[in-house]
Amino acid sequence: MLIPHPLLGPRDAQEFTYLGDASLLNRPDGMAEGALDAFNRHVYLRDNPAGVHRELWFHEQGDRSWLVVTRNTLTHEILGAELARDVALAQKGGAK
Amino acid sequence: MTRLSGGLIDRSEHLNFTFDGKSYTGHRGDTLASALLANDVRLMGRSFKYHRPRGVVAAGSEEPNALVELRAGARQEPNTRATVAELYDGLVANSQNRVGSLERDFLAVNDLLSPFFAAGFYYKTFMWPKAFWEKLYEPMIRRAAGLGSLSMLPDPDSYDKGFLHCDLLVIGAGAAGLAAALTAARAGAKVILADEDFRLGGRLMAESHTLDDAAAMDWVASLEAEFASLPNLRVMRRTTVFGAFDHGIFGAVERVSDHLATPGTAVRQTLWRITAKRTVLAAGATERHIPFANNDRPGIMLAGAMRAYANRWAVSPAETVAIFTSGDDGHRTALDLAAKGVTIAGVIDTRADAKALGKYPLFAGAVVSDAKGRLGLERIAVTREGQTSWLDVGALGVAGGWNPNVHLASHHRGRPLWDDAAQAFLPEPGAVPGLTAAGAAAGQGTTAAALASGAAVAQAALAELGITASLPALPRAEDAPQRQAAFWHVPGKGRAWVDFQNDVTVKDINLAHLENMRPVEHLKRWTTLGMATDQGKTANVTALAVMAELTGKTIAQTGTTIFRPPYTGVALSTLGHGDTGTHFRPRRLTPTHEWAKAQGAVFVEVGQWMRAQYFPRKGEKTWRETVDREVLATRAGVGLCDVTTLGKVDVQGADAGEFLNRVYANAMASLKVGMVRYGLMLREDGFAYDDGTCARLAEDHYIVTTTTAQAGPVYRHMEFCRQCLWPELDVQLISTTDAWAQISVAGPNARKLLERVVDGFDLSNEAFPFMACSELTVCGGLRARLFRISFSGELAYEIAVPARYGNALMARMIEVGADLGATPYGTEALGVLRIEQGHAAGNELNGQTTAQMLGMGKMVSTKKDAIGAVMSRREGLLAETRVLVGLQPVDPTQPVTAGSHLFAQGAAQKTETDQGWITSACYSPHVGSMIGLGFLTGGAARMGEVITAANPLQNQQIALRVVPTHFVDPEGGRLRD
Repeated sequence: MLIPHPLLGPRDAQEFTYLGDASLLNRPDGMAEGALDAFNRHVYLRDNPAGVHRELWFHEQGDRSWLVVTRNTLTHEILGAELARDVALAQKGGAK
Repeated sequence: MTRLSGGLIDRSEHLNFTFDGKSYTGHRGDTLASALLANDVRLMGRSFKYHRPRGVVAAGSEEPNALVELRAGARQEPNTRATVAELYDGLVANSQNRVGSLERDFLAVNDLLSPFFAAGFYYKTFMWPKAFWEKLYEPMIRRAAGLGSLSMLPDPDSYDKGFLHCDLLVIGAGAAGLAAALTAARAGAKVILADEDFRLGGRLMAESHTLDDAAAMDWVASLEAEFASLPNLRVMRRTTVFGAFDHGIFGAVERVSDHLATPGTAVRQTLWRITAKRTVLAAGATERHIPFANNDRPGIMLAGAMRAYANRWAVSPAETVAIFTSGDDGHRTALDLAAKGVTIAGVIDTRADAKALGKYPLFAGAVVSDAKGRLGLERIAVTREGQTSWLDVGALGVAGGWNPNVHLASHHRGRPLWDDAAQAFLPEPGAVPGLTAAGAAAGQGTTAAALASGAAVAQAALAELGITASLPALPRAEDAPQRQAAFWHVPGKGRAWVDFQNDVTVKDINLAHLENMRPVEHLKRWTTLGMATDQGKTANVTALAVMAELTGKTIAQTGTTIFRPPYTGVALSTLGHGDTGTHFRPRRLTPTHEWAKAQGAVFVEVGQWMRAQYFPRKGEKTWRETVDREVLATRAGVGLCDVTTLGKVDVQGADAGEFLNRVYANAMASLKVGMVRYGLMLREDGFAYDDGTCARLAEDHYIVTTTTAQAGPVYRHMEFCRQCLWPELDVQLISTTDAWAQISVAGPNARKLLERVVDGFDLSNEAFPFMACSELTVCGGLRARLFRISFSGELAYEIAVPARYGNALMARMIEVGADLGATPYGTEALGVLRIEQGHAAGNELNGQTTAQMLGMGKMVSTKKDAIGAVMSRREGLLAETRVLVGLQPVDPTQPVTAGSHLFAQGAAQKTETDQGWITSACYSPHVGSMIGLGFLTGGAARMGEVITAANPLQNQQIALRVVPTHFVDPEGGRLRD
């Protein structure tokens, strides 16, 4: 597989370490009311879509960027890759 | 039999080889199969199940029968197809899957028992009684299973891997592939042309066709000359593209030295990973058989293969041959062989309206219905309108039509599509993005069509890349229509083979149908059709057609199983591409490695690291003696140990403290500059993850350490926290594990020793107290970092210098500390010191333990949010009472064994009464007995109680006393002095 790194261009998937669902970006606030329930969902519950999936890959043998890669789990087609940092900042900006 | 005329062999070169111990001679250009045929050897193997005598069926990689053990000794390779084994001088081959000689295989008795070995035999027979499975059935099947045998010796050869990139990958160098490569290469595109054969030409080598009225190979030769002049074209002979993977990546095996007796200094094979923007699949086609009774006699082969042997290798399997065909193609074989002087006893054509294309007896509207000659064909039965007559022939060529080699186009789950006009499955367009089939692989079977299609497909593929390619002038070639009847098998009583290698007959398919194993996937598993080393290349489509006939459906409705990589078998050595030993897992050496080696240290692998385990001295008889000395010397004087392998992460930025506050369960932002704090990391699920120290060198600069084993994962986790969770924080990370050599200096003389290497730095307890840290210089200006931390319970420091000075610093400290008792110690003593001190390490931080269990529950701050903090307060985790305790045998001569389970004295020992386990154990020279650490239910309140440690593996029942985890200096006075 080739992952289109937003800074480095297409890179072989072997350079990356896979983590999983990009929903891990949405870490609940540990000091908020109901944090335990929120963390239970965050840690254990995942969607397992047959189709388009947003997931986290770490360019461990490369520039150490965490990426959000959009991949079709049925075809392995990769529809895009973004710096996870940018995605996280955009989400936090949107939440304000 | 003497050789025929012509052929692509070098008759001036004689190559000697042996088969089953007998010596033969062949020529350069031969395969083992062609050379054996030239020596009148028709019997080449035994079938898998019935051990039927078998001869060669094909002339290429699809061969199901002629499998041999190639080479001798450690290089012996089972299941090698004689049809693709390039002959070399000194080649040694042996037949396989036999007990006794190839002619008299004792397991041929299976053939007589065949009524019992029908489809589904394994599933039906080995089901009951249940107890028979392990003792009888499995050993029996294992003995009988498998074809060739392994040498059981290590592979002496080396393998390599490589990466290639191209605009256009052309798979197959027959007419279509050559035309495609020519078109693309002339346009300046970056092209790779790969073919499994050792010569370019593909089917052109096997035919007698002309191109522009000259021999086809003249055109190939002119192309090869042009190819050699094109730097943008890479021609890869002996290279099988075996798999189409994601995003235009193809796997290929180049057999670099398989055509040589030994590889010499070269590698045996290379695994290539080719990334192609576009691909032309010009893999040709495979001929199919027509099953009839006893159609597996040695000497019965595919007609196209018979033609290939005659035209390319100048051999005929017999002086008199017949052809059985359902299309025009079989007649060509008759014509080509007749032209070379072989007697054609007849062409048996299933079509009533067939016409002879030359001078040979034609049996139109007839079939071959039986064959005789157990070890070699003698006679065939020709049946026409119910009348049977016998023909004496030494060989029979069977032409049942051609199946396009669609395999690679299926590797992304694409299903081949049935084409009624071609009477064949064609590749599903677009099934592998960027890949298009051309030539015979796309059903373009004539030479003219193959040439044109190769050029056109290449041109179209390049156009998609924005490269304009003009079509080359292609030579004039044969373009006769290929008439082919749909004729799948000859009905009759005897066994008619569909899959030769796995012994699947028409009857087996019938039985599968009767037993309702009708979907193709069920058919395949019930009969083992297509599951042999050839993956049914010559069998699958015929079997589908037979099933279609039985169910009354069309072939299109019956469907097909799909092909998966690899196209042909790939050796595990090649897939491992030489990554064995230290190439598989590189060794990391500590900065003091050379020094430790000079001291005679014994090393131990810790992950990738080689660490000094202990430093034996003259006269020490056991490792324990050495380790005890190192421990006592450290506690009495000063010990030195390389601790570089602990992970180090440099954390900088205005928000570094806040970042670490969120990463560690305990508070880190409040740490004063110049101080160190123990840190515990949790996973987000609340369990303990890793521990280490955080040293604050400046307001915006921390250095944190991790355990050796988790250095990589913890760094990855910290980057995840930084980039994905809190990108708004001003913080940067870098791993500095390899940049700094770090040496632990522990023991009552540690300060005195360090005073002799630091450059006027005040080490007094007031100026540099317990848990202090600082940057400084040592040994006259060398920059260094000093941390006053202890994992031994002694006065201790860790000193770090740039990695390249580690070796010198260690040597210097041992030298200047000689009178202080400076002693190097290894990982064994390190372990003893930390267990005596009750310090948790990897055994305790195993991913299943919590801060509370480690006795650090109070460290998890409730005043802030940190990774894992919320989940660590789950009800179930808080209810956990198992906690880390020290354990000491009541009888000091008794052992303490890690892994033992803990029980109340006298309690029945079962899962429900289990109260914990021992995590770490060692002999403590300080205590004078073995000691241990372990998790014990309600352990905090059980100090002094005697419990039982059970180790059923060694029949141990040991009485242990529960004690505090600190075996040494429980008040901690030593490390604070």
